[in-house]
Amino acid sequence: MKICCLVKEVPDAAVQKRIDAGTKRLDRSGERTLNPFDTHGIEAAMQIREGGAVAVDEIVAVTMGPDTAVRALHKSVALGADRSLHLSDPALSGSDVCATGYALAKALETEQPDLVLLGQQSDDGECYTIGAVVADHLKMPSLTQVIKMDVSEGKLVCQRQAEYGYDTVEIALPAVISVGDAINEPRYPSLKAIMGAKKKPLDTKGTGDVGIDPSQVGEAGSKTQVLGINPPPPKQSGEIIEDEDTNETVEKIVAWLEERKLI
Amino acid sequence: MAGILVYALHDDAGVFNNNSLGAISEAAKLAGEIGGEAAAVVVGEVDDAACAALGGYGASTVYRAKSVPEGLAQPIVDVMAKVITDHGFSYALFGGGLLGFEIGAGLTARLGAGVTMEVTKVKAEDGKLIAERPVLQDSAIVDVGYVSEPGIIIGRLNAFDVKPSGGGDAAVEDIEVELSAWSTKARMVTRGESGDEGGVNIEDADFLVGGGRGLGDKDNFAVARELASALGGEVAATRAVVDAGWIPYSTQIGQTGKTVAPKLYLALGISGAIQHKVGMQNSENIVAINKDQNAPIFEFCDLGVVGDLHKIAPKLTEAIKAKKG
Ligand SMILES: Cc1cc2nc3c(=O)[nH]c(=O)nc-3n(C[C@H](O)[C@H](O)[C@H](O)COP(=O)(O)OP(=O)(O)OC[C@H]3O[C@@H](n4cnc5c(N)ncnc54)[C@H](O)[C@@H]3O)c2cc1C
Ligand SMILES: Nc1ncnc2c1ncn2[C@@H]1O[C@H](COP(=O)(O)O)[C@@H](O)[C@H]1O
Repeated sequence: MKICCLVKEVPDAAVQKRIDAGTKRLDRSGERTLNPFDTHGIEAAMQIREGGAVAVDEIVAVTMGPDTAVRALHKSVALGADRSLHLSDPALSGSDVCATGYALAKALETEQPDLVLLGQQSDDGECYTIGAVVADHLKMPSLTQVIKMDVSEGKLVCQRQAEYGYDTVEIALPAVISVGDAINEPRYPSLKAIMGAKKKPLDTKGTGDVGIDPSQVGEAGSKTQVLGINPPPPKQSGEIIEDEDTNETVEKIVAWLEERKLI
Repeated sequence: MAGILVYALHDDAGVFNNNSLGAISEAAKLAGEIGGEAAAVVVGEVDDAACAALGGYGASTVYRAKSVPEGLAQPIVDVMAKVITDHGFSYALFGGGLLGFEIGAGLTARLGAGVTMEVTKVKAEDGKLIAERPVLQDSAIVDVGYVSEPGIIIGRLNAFDVKPSGGGDAAVEDIEVELSAWSTKARMVTRGESGDEGGVNIEDADFLVGGGRGLGDKDNFAVARELASALGGEVAATRAVVDAGWIPYSTQIGQTGKTVAPKLYLALGISGAIQHKVGMQNSENIVAINKDQNAPIFEFCDLGVVGDLHKIAPKLTEAIKAKKG
């Protein structure tokens, strides 16, 4: 079985994320890192490999992004992927969800995976949708927010929470699965794995290499358009107490509650 | 026709989801503004009267695909893609909910359509719709327009109010849809299990103590329980701790849980992720205890306490008990 893990490079959560008012796109300067939600996808792939219920031949990390996205691939390899595929082309810049999903599906077609794993969301875009877009292009069944996945020959039994509680769903492979962050605790990469990551095979491909129709991607191929960016409605900020002396803190909370007749 | 098509989600008893009803109300209003009508798609064996009653929220037609199962997205993508193509709808609108995200995304791929998610407001301008979407932890709101039709709009939970339109019954039209090969490769084994039949109804409680991952482990939920009982209320939870099995699903607040608006919501060790916020932001008073001063919950609480809940909460419980005598 071949597993492809979709991974993305995102701004480090520790730094302020913001939108560039000029380009109306996310400001991509500053520290960048592997989308933390994607580490759960790689870990899920590793647990399938180590679980032994099915033989995993290969785990491939796949990303679409600028040159710097290579670092997200290195980190993915350090976490367990065997090699990586970088879809990189200036023509892709400014792609919306529709265009990104199409482009990633084209790249995945060249790999013919049995299972595609994604994170539940990208930490910057937070669209929650790429998995289902990719699946329809690949003509594969899919499910998002999966927190339990039992693999056997040719199929998966997945559990996920939807509007009315937990659903258990059986899915035939090949399939596209977005995993929730409760599915596992991603491991820390060993120093050896980090050092060795840059030596693992990394293919860089452009739109022409994977058969992407250039008119369907990038800003020109996108179907949505950001028309404006506005600040949120002003909100009266709440009162903040720093806990230094806990007895005093508790007194303050109690007084606050009493004032509002809550106790 | 500049119509708007809404997906009406229902549970296994055929009761429509409030977020779907809100989306129908919103679609009816917007359709009036851009000149067109609002229609709904229903899958499964929902009876004529229940479907027709969607007219009361503003749907003029209900397209029903009886043989298509409810609960998994891809077969519903097949149904909606056919209705949109056959009747020329300009937009598809979804109320907040996980299935709406999946169906909307599938339609995006199938129809080459633009999609906006987590939408909190939709505006009509020059016969077109513009979606407002908060981004980056609600620190900015972007206005998104569509360069082609159809446009897909996925609402945030509770973004659209349910408003009876005063209209009569909707016309119910049964449709036959051939499912795509890949849409039939997933099968629902069991749907909507809570693991807690007959749990407490947190929606009716005036006082709720919400527990999050910051409680540390399952046993520590006692800290939240004791505080809740001192306040005369109930405990609630985040998805993180429900997924971890610390507490049953019936206590979960948020996007795929319940929506509450108690007099007091006291959050212990909860970061305040959007998906949690949408289920409790209308509480009258929000108090948060969190050791991370940058936690998003401090952006929308009324009283924020930066500190270790394990030090503060037990003493708070004692102090409240003492006050109450
Ligand atoms: C499609 C979708 C649907 C979702 N639906 C829901 C939903 O319905 N409901 C929901 O809640 N979530 C939902 N989520 C998940 C949501 O995004 C968050 O992951 C979740 O709410 C986080 O839960 P938490 O606050 O308990 O955990 P965390 O985000 O891990 O926060 C724990 C907090 O505890 C604090 N803390 C740690 N130790 C202490 C201490 N000793 N004292 C004080 N504070 C401490 C930390 O600073 C941190 O802020 C959904 C996500 C997706 C993608
Ligand atoms: N540019 C990208 N390259 C590779 N994978 C991506 C990209 N964007 C999103 N993804 C994947 O899609 C998931 C969901 O992202 P999103 O829909 O943006 O919230 C992420 O966790 C990644 O696994």
